[in-house]
Amino acid sequence: MRRFFLIAVPYVWLLALFLVPFIIVLKISLSDAAIARPPYVPQFEWAEGIRAFFAELDFENFTWLIEDDLYWKAYLSSLQIALTSTLLTLIVGYPIAYGMARAPEEWRPTLMMLVILPFWTSFLIRVYAWKGILSNEGFLNQFLMWTGLVSEPLQILNTTTAVYIGIVYTYLPFMILPIYAALERMDDSLIEAAEDLGCSRLSAFWLVTIPLSKGGIIAGCFLVFIPAMGEFVIPSLLGGSDTLMIGKVLWEEFFSNRDWPVASAVAVILLLILVVPIVLFQRNQQKEQEGDA
Amino acid sequence: MGADLAIPVFEPWTDPQAKPLIQFQNVTKRFGDFTAIDDLTIDIFEREFFALLGPSGCGKTTMMRMLAGFEAPTEGKIFLAGQDIAPVPPNQRAVNMMFQSYALFPHLSVWENIAFGLKREGLPRNDINARVEEMLRLTRLEKFARRKPHQISGGQRQRVALARSLAKAPKLLLLDEPLGALDKKLREETQFELMDIQEKTGTTFVIVTHDQEEAMTVASRVAVMDNGKVMQVATPADIYEAPNSVYVADFIGDVNLIEGTVTATGEGVYALHWREGAAPLVVKSPNTISDGQIAHLAIRPEKVTISADKPESADNAVQGKVLDIAYLGNLSTYHVELPTGDVIKAQTANTRRISRRAYTWEDTVWLSWTATGGVLLGE
Repeated sequence: MRRFFLIAVPYVWLLALFLVPFIIVLKISLSDAAIARPPYVPQFEWAEGIRAFFAELDFENFTWLIEDDLYWKAYLSSLQIALTSTLLTLIVGYPIAYGMARAPEEWRPTLMMLVILPFWTSFLIRVYAWKGILSNEGFLNQFLMWTGLVSEPLQILNTTTAVYIGIVYTYLPFMILPIYAALERMDDSLIEAAEDLGCSRLSAFWLVTIPLSKGGIIAGCFLVFIPAMGEFVIPSLLGGSDTLMIGKVLWEEFFSNRDWPVASAVAVILLLILVVPIVLFQRNQQKEQEGDA
Repeated sequence: MGADLAIPVFEPWTDPQAKPLIQFQNVTKRFGDFTAIDDLTIDIFEREFFALLGPSGCGKTTMMRMLAGFEAPTEGKIFLAGQDIAPVPPNQRAVNMMFQSYALFPHLSVWENIAFGLKREGLPRNDINARVEEMLRLTRLEKFARRKPHQISGGQRQRVALARSLAKAPKLLLLDEPLGALDKKLREETQFELMDIQEKTGTTFVIVTHDQEEAMTVASRVAVMDNGKVMQVATPADIYEAPNSVYVADFIGDVNLIEGTVTATGEGVYALHWREGAAPLVVKSPNTISDGQIAHLAIRPEKVTISADKPESADNAVQGKVLDIAYLGNLSTYHVELPTGDVIKAQTANTRRISRRAYTWEDTVWLSWTATGGVLLGE
């Protein structure tokens, strides 16, 4: 009984906070838009019965998503932006994590603190701050003009470049922390052993350090890729009109067009796309834990 | 003919013609203010099993790390086969190391761990396979080749580490506390295995240990170190029987130390005046001590005989009362208090069952030893 209760708690949690909302969204995605409140039909009426209610649901919205190239272009472009920014975050994050793990022990908590510190400020405020840095009259352009590297201000804000900068900046801690955890656990004598057996510094890094931090790299990549895929605040604040991301499309369908059914269909597809990396991520975490045991 | 049949004694250190494989010449190593190695000169010969023995922090690990190339000497030179190795990086030295933590690569199988160094040399695949198989056979690991390090026991991991460090057939193998992580029984077995492998491969082994029994068991010569200095380098028997200082005598095994003033009474024979009114002790010692000097007589407990009656013809005999008995199973150590208050330990083999023990607490007994039983050590 006690055991049953213990297992039941997480399942009830999952049911209430994930499955029920998902079914509601799925139901809306199968409905039709209407000028009503809430803005879709059918609504469930006890008088008409369940059969009549189901008869009115259809896959019209999903067909629409396939027919209109805006949507699949947005999915593809999101995928591409998410993949590229994950790679960029890895390139920036790995050396930072490596440096932290190699730093003297007494510095490490401070360095860790510095990585986490930005979370103390609202995410929105930090993204707005980037507007101030990247705009034509912003700090970055003023600095570049002052050094004489450029004579005209660079157009960075409202381009996809700004979106990359925003995503890398925002999700960097999610990349650094798992890689740092993997590297910090590593025994320094492994590198010495590799050198002792004939490796140069560089080949010891490739043959020992990288494989041993693989779990951290994979975890970090998923932690960046999954939220970046559905990101909408960064592209709407820093991106331009040509930055196409599915999160932004979803937002517009929902709030500008008030087309809840199409917006829900977009959300359902996004979820289906993300299920794959989420499952892979879980499997990686499990494997890591087994390796430790 | 007879001379040809005799097994030659392996002691290149007594041969002035022999060229040492490793030479430390006035090597000093400092870390900031701390002197880890202090003006150390030592020769190690080919095929030796050389043990560096000392308490933690005595500099033995630093010495080993200098041989491996992870530390450079602050002053002095280290030669390997006549070549100054200071400028040679660790990955180009014909020296391999077995780490205290074993440092096995957790992401590689036992087979791949052993092959790691061979692959770096770019050997042909067939040669690598053959060599790895040979190492697996030598260390009796054939069955575990496909396993990962976390899937085998501590003793097996120790053997993988040994196989991996031997795979490249180094001129010199360094072993940093190689048996520290094993339990006593397995450690004793492995010591003999190590000696066996050392003999089979003919590799020069330098082992770092803080366990004196281990050093005595495996080594051809032992260097006892303290505070960055080598106190004595000698064969295990010489270290035990003829320590050159109170420190070495006290560090290795159990010892009685009796302090007194020395007068020479003959060729290498001395009288030690150790207590007012007590008869001086007769010692025959190889170490020359000048008259009137203060010295210690170091005598091992097993060289002290215990008896109920005064022995007839003993060089030295003292009477006392049994204070304590340490029963070790095979041996018993008797702590005997003399009228002067000194306590002398005597050890006897328990050839009879304990119920038939001849002496017990508070018994008056005689302790005796021969003039050659102990050594005199100056201050």
